[in-house]
Amino acid sequence: MRRIGVIAIQGDVSEHISAIEAAGGQAVPVRRAGVIPTCSGIVIPGGESTTIGRQLEKTGIATEIKEAAANDVPVLATCAGLVLAAKEIDAGDVKPLGLIDISVGRNAFGPQRESFEADIDVAGFDRPYRAVFIRAPVVLRCGEGVQEIARFGGRTVAVRQRNIIGLAFHPELTGDLRFHRMLLEMT
Amino acid sequence: MELENLRFGTELLKRGFAKMQKGGVIMDVTTPEQAMIAEEAGAVAVMALHAVPADIRKMGGVARMADPKVIEEIIDAVTIPVMAKVRIGHFVEAQILEAIGVDMIDESEVLTPADEFHIDKTKFKVPFVCGARNLGEALRRIKEGAAMIRTKGEAGTGDVSQAVRHMKMIMGDIRKLKGMNSEELMKFAREIEADPELVAECARLQRLPVVNFAAGGIATPADAALMMQLGADGVFVGSGIFKSERPEAMAAAIVEAVHHYDEPEVLARVSRGLGRPMRGIDVTTLPEGEALQARGW
Repeated sequence: MRRIGVIAIQGDVSEHISAIEAAGGQAVPVRRAGVIPTCSGIVIPGGESTTIGRQLEKTGIATEIKEAAANDVPVLATCAGLVLAAKEIDAGDVKPLGLIDISVGRNAFGPQRESFEADIDVAGFDRPYRAVFIRAPVVLRCGEGVQEIARFGGRTVAVRQRNIIGLAFHPELTGDLRFHRMLLEMT
Repeated sequence: MELENLRFGTELLKRGFAKMQKGGVIMDVTTPEQAMIAEEAGAVAVMALHAVPADIRKMGGVARMADPKVIEEIIDAVTIPVMAKVRIGHFVEAQILEAIGVDMIDESEVLTPADEFHIDKTKFKVPFVCGARNLGEALRRIKEGAAMIRTKGEAGTGDVSQAVRHMKMIMGDIRKLKGMNSEELMKFAREIEADPELVAECARLQRLPVVNFAAGGIATPADAALMMQLGADGVFVGSGIFKSERPEAMAAAIVEAVHHYDEPEVLARVSRGLGRPMRGIDVTTLPEGEALQARGW
């Protein structure tokens, strides 16, 4: 069974673990260094990017993720995960991992009362995807080789660059497993 | 097409927001400067207040929602979510906080209750967190629309014993549900004055259907890790940080302790040399009528 490391520092970790298992993978929570090199895929969940980013650096997991991503290990980065996977972030002093050549705007839709859910079209999906945006970021700039796979309200909310998928929304909250299956198929 | 299926303030969005706080520390702050210290230390969110619970206790009088100006200054000072407290039952204070863009509202026993009944939280787009001492209280709040539960503990004392007691009661009651048949679950629901469907859901999930944090008396990294080992999804720290001798160090150490709650070596390392924690009050010495946890039902 394909072993997927779910970064388990903070945020909706158990929801991603359940989604990976429901999609037919084996999910391993990653709280310290040494686990990522044994995984064939990685999930970076939602939560607070400042909090997760700091602990990724302190624990040494950040370096392992960068190495794995450079060695073509597929990564699914959602919400705060997308922020961390970016090359540049607009605000706050988070050190991103730079896995995808994009700039990200944090909390781009306003306070929590402006958080929303909506059906969006995703490139390659035959029917719309129910996307849950919670204090969500957006992609402000896509570099060369970055494919924009979904937009909402004129803004880029999902991207892919080779082995890295980045989503501004939360595929782990709806039970629609298409993105988790996509990750497993890429392993 | 896009706008027709657009939804705000759904249960999924409210509970989802709470889930993003899991494994994190939410810190009480009274100024933008304190909020920045909390963010720098790795807090997942801050709770904006006019005074920390220990000072609210000392001041006496009626404790109300903080000045919106102060809350707005705190919102502008940080990038992490900002929460703020309203009095139990004071739905207009809640409307005001929603209007200024607070990310979550704490309907809190730390402030002086405005009503014996709690706010109908389903009417709001902004999610609510509420305190509870036991499973019945937690499920009544969830039924009213709370997207997150926290133990009441005994705020402003720095004495963790009540938070421990409340977390154990909630967890213990949920364990009791295991193996009960539907008639027994109905009977239990009636005994604890809770919605039978929510009781059945807890029995099935073996946890609350929403995120469950610890609060009320957490003052050290060891206290925070204790609550995590007892099953909390995360912790609120009120007076424990800014009433300690070295708030920056205490805040960072509590964040580390929550992330490494089951690693005693790490807990030992982060607990070293933090200076004096908040002095605190032994809850058994609290005069009758001064227990905040008795507010609400």
